[in-house]
Amino acid sequence: MNAASPASPLLEVRGLRMHFPVSEGLLGRKVGDVKAVDGIDFTVRRGETLGLVGESGCGKTTTGRCVLRLEKPTAGQIIFDGVDIASLGGKQLQALRQRIQVIFQDPYSSLNPRMTIGQIIAEPMFVHGIEPNATKRMERVHELLTICGLNAGFADRYPHEMSGGQRQRVGIARALAMNPEFIVCDEPVSALDVSIQAQVVNLLEDLREKFGLTYLFIAHDLSVVRHLCQRVAVMYLGHIVEMADSDTLFDNPQHPYTRALLAAVPVPDPDVEQGREFRPVKGEVPSPMNPPSGCVFHPRCPMAVDRCSKEAPQPREIAPGHMVACSEVKITG
Amino acid sequence: MPALLEIQNLHTEFRTGAGTIHAVDGITYSVNAGETVAIVGESGSGKSVGALSILRLIPDPPGRITQGTVLFGGRDLMTLTEEQMRQVRGSEIGMVFQEPMTSLNPVLTIGRQITETLEQHRGVDRATAQKRAVELVGLVGIADPIRRLKQYPHQLSGGMRQRIMIAIALACDPKLIIADEPTTALDVTIQAQILELMKDLTHRLGIALIIITHNLGVVARYANRVNVMYAGRIVESGPARAIYHTPRHPYTIALLRSVPRLDRPRQARLDPVEGQPPDLTRLDAGCSFRPRCRFAIAACAASRPRLEATSNPGQSAACFRADELASLTGTNEAALAGAPA
Repeated sequence: MNAASPASPLLEVRGLRMHFPVSEGLLGRKVGDVKAVDGIDFTVRRGETLGLVGESGCGKTTTGRCVLRLEKPTAGQIIFDGVDIASLGGKQLQALRQRIQVIFQDPYSSLNPRMTIGQIIAEPMFVHGIEPNATKRMERVHELLTICGLNAGFADRYPHEMSGGQRQRVGIARALAMNPEFIVCDEPVSALDVSIQAQVVNLLEDLREKFGLTYLFIAHDLSVVRHLCQRVAVMYLGHIVEMADSDTLFDNPQHPYTRALLAAVPVPDPDVEQGREFRPVKGEVPSPMNPPSGCVFHPRCPMAVDRCSKEAPQPREIAPGHMVACSEVKITG
Repeated sequence: MPALLEIQNLHTEFRTGAGTIHAVDGITYSVNAGETVAIVGESGSGKSVGALSILRLIPDPPGRITQGTVLFGGRDLMTLTEEQMRQVRGSEIGMVFQEPMTSLNPVLTIGRQITETLEQHRGVDRATAQKRAVELVGLVGIADPIRRLKQYPHQLSGGMRQRIMIAIALACDPKLIIADEPTTALDVTIQAQILELMKDLTHRLGIALIIITHNLGVVARYANRVNVMYAGRIVESGPARAIYHTPRHPYTIALLRSVPRLDRPRQARLDPVEGQPPDLTRLDAGCSFRPRCRFAIAACAASRPRLEATSNPGQSAACFRADELASLTGTNEAALAGAPA
């Protein structure tokens, strides 16, 4: 493996598609596909955090599961550190799991209630044979707990004895146990209270700096994404509609869906809110089993013209590093 | 003019194996006709239990309302019979809950759930109820009402179901609607639709709204007045602008600082509220926010500060140092009030 420069992509996703078959009736006849992810491209550079945002059903979690290879994609390439992992299996896949880890949304259901915190964090090390010596393994558990801001004594406790924020720290410690390079964070702070969210966001940021981690950060809370991610991709109905560095995307959104999404988030300041024009986007997200023709956003889009219902817009770079999939947006730079 | 709703010194507790939880520990506030009051707080702060207590919907056992009065239109709801209370619920006070799927009956059509309310509370016949149901469903922005009324809850999306909940809450022309995290389970664009709908309808029909939420953005956009709850008590109360721009309780200050803002550039680190919320079975005599408070002094351990008026008109805080905080956090106001760049 070549020593790559810090800015080189660690992960490159090309033409990723994940279709789930839908069957009906006694014979399980296939009646269609849910096109959860329908042809997306993105890269994550070494050491950066890429935010993947969108509403329920947009395909952000499925994308994360494909990258983790918890799903075998229908089509496309997932190039991790130079190797296409989209169709790996067996031993190679297991080796990959040490390098790519995950932090889940729900700190209640993602920790086994019958295991102590110590056993939960030590299990991946045991499974992968990283630390065969039990005493050393426990030392490492204590170290990981401390790194994640928990008292080493928590190793003997059970998940139900801990608060949501503490459990999420355990989830993070478990992900770190493998010394991974890449972590898929799937809504890691959504289930937490506001005052605890900020603690966990800061912890994730500290860990990224300390261990040179790279994150794919999947979330629907746009405010958290703005502060944690260097770059952000917005998904809608299986497609990436816009991608740019974080401040550009939030200050100068171009795709009509991104604009609608940002406009829908109220800001915690009554003065700002009073002065804001507020017209929520109409309608609801269509079914991914039967997506609209052409641009998938066109039935709800305030900018839609005739051709939007006929041709699917191709992603274009409208300014350096700013990609938009909308044929009505002008090129700015 | 007396307030529409006046809650005085309300206490609700739950007896559990681990001890008695004072979920609501003496709250006092009022709601005027037609205004929107927000109750803000995190999990376990008592905001939902407080609202359920107003309607006496606390399961007993393990819960019990132990003290307090709830004056609604001049009557103390705590002294009504169960039958009288049933008339208040759903008729004079409407309710919208967080999870529309679990609050609607899955085996009844949407139409039946609306007409049932009307028949029960208004004593109207089926045909009249049906007509009114069509009207209500149109009012909450659902196209093709006649077809929708024949459908079951599972055939509707989450946003649609929440619109139905609002229609049911509106059915008997209530004077007050209590909405407990009405949009938490919904996506942001749908959340915006539902909140705008509720705002529009309550303004147009002159209905007062108590909105219970943890979302400080939603509060800023919709509330006239705000009550901030922590560990079963109201720690700060006042007009929305004052709460956001000149907070006088350390918890409110810390909470506002900890929230990342969409209209602010990327910052290196967030400013969290350190520590954990307290265990409600083990509260001591002091201020329950003390262990997490940057401004705590010896007096805070000795007794609990009461919610008292501050130097800001209309604004109260339960903190011994409330008026001092203005100078202690000099930069805070500027930082919080600053308009987006």
